[in-house]
Amino acid sequence: MQVTVTTRTRASTVAGFVALGLIALGLILPAFASRSLIQDLFFILTMLTLAQLWNLIAGYGGMVSVGQQAFVGIGAYAMFAGVILWGWDPVPAILLGGVAAFLLAIPMAFFAFRLQGAYFAIGTWVIAEVTRLVIAQWKTLGGGTGTSLPREATSDIIGVATIAELFGLRDAAARDVLAYWLALALAVGTMAAIYALLRSRNGLALTALRDNDNAARSVGVDAGRLKWLVFLAAAAMTGLVGALIYMQTARISPDAAFSVTSWTAYVIFIVVIGGIGRLEGPIVGVLVFWGLQTAFSDYGSWYLLALGLIAIAVMLFAPRGLWGLFASRTGIALFPVQRRLVTSGLVTGQPNTQREEVT
Amino acid sequence: MIWLDTIVQGLLLGGLYALFAAGLSLVFGIMRLVNLAHGDLIVLAAFIVLVVVEATGLNPFLSALIAAPALFAFGWALQWFVFNRVLGKDILPPLLVTFGLSIALQNGMLEVFSADSQRIPAGPLESASVDLGAVTVGIMPLLTFASAVAVIFALNQIFYRTALGRAFRATSDDPVTASLMGINPRSVFAMATGLAMVIVTIAALYLGMRSNFDPSIGPARLIFAFEAVIIGGLGSLWGTLVGGAIIGVAQTVGAQINPEWQILAGHLAFLAVLLVRPRGLFPRAVD
Repeated sequence: MQVTVTTRTRASTVAGFVALGLIALGLILPAFASRSLIQDLFFILTMLTLAQLWNLIAGYGGMVSVGQQAFVGIGAYAMFAGVILWGWDPVPAILLGGVAAFLLAIPMAFFAFRLQGAYFAIGTWVIAEVTRLVIAQWKTLGGGTGTSLPREATSDIIGVATIAELFGLRDAAARDVLAYWLALALAVGTMAAIYALLRSRNGLALTALRDNDNAARSVGVDAGRLKWLVFLAAAAMTGLVGALIYMQTARISPDAAFSVTSWTAYVIFIVVIGGIGRLEGPIVGVLVFWGLQTAFSDYGSWYLLALGLIAIAVMLFAPRGLWGLFASRTGIALFPVQRRLVTSGLVTGQPNTQREEVT
Repeated sequence: MIWLDTIVQGLLLGGLYALFAAGLSLVFGIMRLVNLAHGDLIVLAAFIVLVVVEATGLNPFLSALIAAPALFAFGWALQWFVFNRVLGKDILPPLLVTFGLSIALQNGMLEVFSADSQRIPAGPLESASVDLGAVTVGIMPLLTFASAVAVIFALNQIFYRTALGRAFRATSDDPVTASLMGINPRSVFAMATGLAMVIVTIAALYLGMRSNFDPSIGPARLIFAFEAVIIGGLGSLWGTLVGGAIIGVAQTVGAQINPEWQILAGHLAFLAVLLVRPRGLFPRAVD
């Protein structure tokens, strides 16, 4: 009797094909989509990427960071520095954002990992504040009031002229298309990387650590090394996203780039609503968030008040989020990471059993 | 002489931070809950004291006395109906709930009280000072510091001299065994959060009388409070006072060098302590 270990389910096979189809659709979308749709999708894709990264460190790694805005901000500022101080093209300068966030993450992890559990959260927040205050002293990049990307830098970004010609767009719209493609690449790349990580040995070790620290250590999981790995990788990716977002807005200030509301509260909201500790969660969450944002953001602080209350309600009544509710009813997992034994084509274990503990 | 003055002012400022921190420390010590909305609750309490002052025309201290029972009840209910439902082995739910509460409180206060800066009027007390020879210190900072010492002294008395304090310590050590002895941990937690809200009211009174406040300043107060707790060492209330003083002195010294460095200097002092003494200066709790 042949026995193999697999994570594949019928739903995941279908999801895989649908995902490929959606990516292909996303790539050709600028040919016929309106500019405002492209801008909305840019917003959705960047928030989705931030949410997936936060979900990786908090939902899988158990490290609840409230300091992710540090990486968004430092990434954005590094990109601005590359463009303004060293005359780089904005697109390659995005890579500087990733490098800067990675470098910041090393001391941040060094300090924050000394704090346990909940105190880790505020520790990361303090370090984000320190970074904001230090950056606000950087006078050549506008100090506390911020600065804009120079017009000559934004006017001839690599590829914009080609895109403008290809789709017959004006330069500003072509820049949006470029930013959108980069956001699509980052979102797909991030999700693919996270999914690959979770299916690897390291991913198994990571979820084991989250579920039971002591038991995982006792079977030889190196907790410290894994936490560093995940935290640094997520930080670097977050820096890339931050740089990309500010390439698109082309205007930066310390208060906006290091905003705890925009880059951490919204992100946490997305993950919590959608379902923490699952890859599907942030996808559902970002769509809900975008819908609420489009419908109600005119209400300003009432809207934010409602967001806060919704997050509390979800934690109280559906702690696994919307996707968690759906998955526990149906047993469907689009991106399964649970390992199952398969014997000669037959699946052992019932597909309807509770999967929550092992996802 | 200017440096002596700076350090004395910093020490007294530390009293305010210790008041911010005492409530946070109390709640963490008993139920391992870090309340991310703590700073916003302080601001909320300041607004409530202000409302009482404006409605009754009483002086701020009496107004705070009137507000305190209401805030105790609010804290009790918050714990009973919300926090108790998410406390458990997993630290994530309580963190996320308090973070959501923080966002909701900030924006709720923005709608109700507007973004305008407010101040609790304290009359002649605001500018009164005493000459201590080498330095002249304001009555208000002195009162703040004295209140911080009194609050911490009172908390220690409650902890080690009363039945309630015994229940606090027992639940903190082992909620399961405590409940075998007839203690209901859920109601102990609710009492603790209620008590923390009374301390929050005292902190809010001084916050509002000493400086302007508006709905957005809560998170920064949370961070100062948190730094004071960590520097002092988890579980040590007197350590929290020392932690507050260290943050206060670092801030005034930083501000003396360059006014833009005030907040940054406080954070750097915190990181320095974290670097050399990760468990704080006077650690007592094992976690």
